[in-house]
Amino acid sequence: MELVLATGIGGLVATGVWLLLRERAFSVVLGLALLSYAANLFIFAGGRLAPVPPPLVLGEVASGATPADPLPQALVLTAIVISFGTTAFLVALALRAIGESGTDSVDGGREEER
Amino acid sequence: MLARRALPPGARVHPVVSVLLPMAVLALLAGAALVPMAGRLGRRTAIWSAAGTLAVPLVLLAPLAPGALAGEVAVHRLSWLPEWGLDLSFRLDGLGLLFAVLILGIGQLVILYAAYYMPQKDGLGRLLGTLMGFAGAMLGVVLSENLLLMVVFWEITSVTSFLLVAYKHDTIEARIAARMALAVTGGGGLALLAGVLLLGRMAGSYELSAVLAAGEAIRADPLYPVMLVLVLLGAFTKSAQFPFHFWLPNAMAAPTPVSAYLHSATMVKAGIFLLLRLYPVLSGTDLWFFLVSLTGAVTLAYGAYVALLKHDLKGLLAYSTVSHLGLITLLIGMESPLSTVAALFHVVNHAIFKASLFMAAGIVDHECGTRDMRRINGMFRIMPRTAVLGIVAAASMAGVPLLNGFLSKEMFFAEAVEQGALGGYAYLLPAFATFAGVLSVAYSIRFVHDVFFNGAPVDLPRQPHEPPGWMRVPVGILAGLCLVVGLVPQLAVGAILRAASAAALGASPPDYKLVIWHGFNLPLVMSIVAMIGGVLWYLFRRVLFDLHERYAPNVAGPAAFERVFNAAVVAARAVLRLLDPGHLRRYTLYLIGGAGALGLAGFLGAKPAVLAGSLPATPADPAAHGALLALLFGAFGCAILHRHRLVAVAFVSVAGLIVSLAFIRFSAPDLALTQLSVEVVTIVLLLLSLRFMPGDAPRELPRRRAGLDAAVAGTCGLGIGALAYAMMTRPFETISGWFTANAVEGGGGTNVVNVILVDFRGFDTLGEITVLAVAALGAHALLEGLRLVPHAPAAASEADLHPIMLAMLMRPLLPLALAFALYILLRGHNLPGGGFVAGLITGVALILQYLAVGIETTSARLRLDHLRLFAVGLGLALVTGLASMVFGLPFLTSWHGYVPIPLVGKTHLASAMMFDIGVYFTVVATVLLILSEIGRLSTRERAPRPAPAARPALEEARA
Repeated sequence: MELVLATGIGGLVATGVWLLLRERAFSVVLGLALLSYAANLFIFAGGRLAPVPPPLVLGEVASGATPADPLPQALVLTAIVISFGTTAFLVALALRAIGESGTDSVDGGREEER
Repeated sequence: MLARRALPPGARVHPVVSVLLPMAVLALLAGAALVPMAGRLGRRTAIWSAAGTLAVPLVLLAPLAPGALAGEVAVHRLSWLPEWGLDLSFRLDGLGLLFAVLILGIGQLVILYAAYYMPQKDGLGRLLGTLMGFAGAMLGVVLSENLLLMVVFWEITSVTSFLLVAYKHDTIEARIAARMALAVTGGGGLALLAGVLLLGRMAGSYELSAVLAAGEAIRADPLYPVMLVLVLLGAFTKSAQFPFHFWLPNAMAAPTPVSAYLHSATMVKAGIFLLLRLYPVLSGTDLWFFLVSLTGAVTLAYGAYVALLKHDLKGLLAYSTVSHLGLITLLIGMESPLSTVAALFHVVNHAIFKASLFMAAGIVDHECGTRDMRRINGMFRIMPRTAVLGIVAAASMAGVPLLNGFLSKEMFFAEAVEQGALGGYAYLLPAFATFAGVLSVAYSIRFVHDVFFNGAPVDLPRQPHEPPGWMRVPVGILAGLCLVVGLVPQLAVGAILRAASAAALGASPPDYKLVIWHGFNLPLVMSIVAMIGGVLWYLFRRVLFDLHERYAPNVAGPAAFERVFNAAVVAARAVLRLLDPGHLRRYTLYLIGGAGALGLAGFLGAKPAVLAGSLPATPADPAAHGALLALLFGAFGCAILHRHRLVAVAFVSVAGLIVSLAFIRFSAPDLALTQLSVEVVTIVLLLLSLRFMPGDAPRELPRRRAGLDAAVAGTCGLGIGALAYAMMTRPFETISGWFTANAVEGGGGTNVVNVILVDFRGFDTLGEITVLAVAALGAHALLEGLRLVPHAPAAASEADLHPIMLAMLMRPLLPLALAFALYILLRGHNLPGGGFVAGLITGVALILQYLAVGIETTSARLRLDHLRLFAVGLGLALVTGLASMVFGLPFLTSWHGYVPIPLVGKTHLASAMMFDIGVYFTVVATVLLILSEIGRLSTRERAPRPAPAARPALEEARA
């Protein structure tokens, strides 16, 4: 299972970085979304994968079983919501750029030399 | 050399009284904000509020003044960053008191003068507000007990004086002058900061009391020379000592009231103050003697020489200021106790006569419309009263007997005679002092003779006459002070001078007499020689002008500065062009490369690592393999087809869905819920924005770049994947056991994740929702007033735009969704859910409502101001946190217990729930603000169109 998740994270990072290097703001936004999935999964995986109950102090956890690590979950939860905030900000930025320069090219329409 | 001993500790002033010190500084800094506001009500309000503000510290310091005069040191310490040695600690002793009186007293006169000098159309709010900020910072410098705090105030004086010099910012001269002043004094400030850091390290504390007591150790420190040079750089740049003097004459581009303030009593005296403040610690070495006295001597002679050559009235005064600052520095450098007393005395005298001279020059400039002394002549007949005042002040500058300038100059001459450090060349110093005296007499005569006499005015732009009486009042007061101090010095300044000298020396000052007549002695002869020499020098000035024109090397400080400055700008631009081509892709590559390099650096020198750790692998089921395939399908599909935007969004949503499934699979129901609802909101957001972009992005041009990008992306993916695998297969220690064990007991909730968020790590969450609010507000600011033409074809009709099926569906769905959100919110503390998820669900529900019936309709019914919703959310979270402080508990301590509620029965409640509700509101506000803002981009553009006829019918149907 570890290999499966690691592959997934790697795939998300690769595609995210690739999109991050594209010229259009919209692609960059998508790339960031994929990267944040990867980052969230990575932090989440910091709690390790094991067939354990969720971190709710009910039932077997209340009687002493070790639940899934709640700390990475708490970290990731806010990260997910904040990533929405940054995505929204980037989209607004791209829209503003369209309004100002008529293009959503990240460099405002200038072509990169070389 | 005087034996140094610490100040007698004196009775420590009661903290209730010494709290007046920070209040005095704070009053002025608050005035910097209030005076411009008052200025909006009118010019008069600005003036009165500024005068009132400046009077406050005077009143506040009054109760402490008798103690300071008696040699007590009042200290008030407010803890700020104690671990860095930086505290808000203030101190008042004789030295601080003397400078505070100068700053506050002359400040009042400058305000009065500015009221008449500045043009009527200038509201004065900005000028006087900045002046308050400057005065506050100056007061902070002289009242600081903590050296780091002093540096902070020192920097504020640099910045505010920059603003003051650049007051007439529409002229290029003012901007250049201000930039120069900031570059020189700001650069010096950096050196000073470095010096003070060294000094504090040597003394083991940044508190002045401790530093002053550690003089021996500091002078013996091997780094003492470095520290001394750095501190002196700070002082010399500020006090316009040669070769950093050139900013001061240029700063005459400031309005004259500013010049009168900055260059008489305050800004330039800050450097002098620093020398005096640290005198007991830094002085007493050969290095100090040579650096300080030589710099002072060169500045004294150079400034005096150039002053005579200036045809600009303020230029003459500026260079004479440079010269007098040099004199004071020389006196400090001579480091006999009496020369230090003389330096302090001259600080006072120079402030008085120079402020009045600047004001008199300003009157002349104001009346004549020019400052060229070759054209301004014979003003005595036109404005006799101003002329008399100007002549008194200039005579004081020249050192004419019966005026204050004479007394400090005599003390200087006497000290020059007494100084024995030069051994066999002892006659050099008196000779030099007399020569400087000659020059100073000469330029004073030039000021008086050229302006007030010397025939008739030549071709003046304006017809001058006597200025309004009130404009002369400050000049008159200062000229009167010249006389009073000159005639009865002991009575006028004896007490404060003795207290200041004691504080500066760190010991009781030697006996000296402040009297006019010391008998016929060598200093008097030197004075007489200087007078006669000065007259002669002035008479033969034409010869000097010619000689200067012909032979003087044309090294203009400002020009050299500009050359260096421009070269620096050009070089910076070249480097920037190299590093910063202005392309996001390049930055991203730098960023990824840098992060990769940092990450790899950790492996340097390590043994070859094994990828797999010791943790037994969890078996993978077929479903996991299927999910992985779907995830990669979504991610790679998006990456490959990213130019087809709609398709790409669909692919991303596949990946997002799989991620939320992964969270469920690995026992994180909260994450799955959050991820799922964020997914929905994000997709809506992206789809809304797609309306304003072409459906397909154009092909990107050079294809060979793709190869590099693919390589970088592939490497990143492999690296992070390997890292993730290595991490997951290794055992680890977690601190989570504590959270799980204490969730019910300490946080009153069974959902550990939620308890961590709203209770254990509530402060983090408060920060996070603040970030969220900031991002949303940033987006709001970006979209405000933006108009975009949609690319997607407009809906054929209103019914198409808001499908009736959806509208019908939303009627039962909206209350249901809101109720569900409330349920999720309330159960969050115990079961998966909470403010974040509930906020997202509410947001989605309301957005659906927007889609169904239109933004205007929904907004009209909802009557919800999104911006205010942020305030509610953040405010609720904050108040919940603060509530615990009322009970004496730390910020954000939660409370929980069983509360009997009628009908419901005993219910378990936790105060953290209130916090969660704050989170909820913030999230709702974020979602609504951003999505409705983007949605509105098109309605704004539709707005001018008349409302379609179908609309009222629909409205009725809905009603």
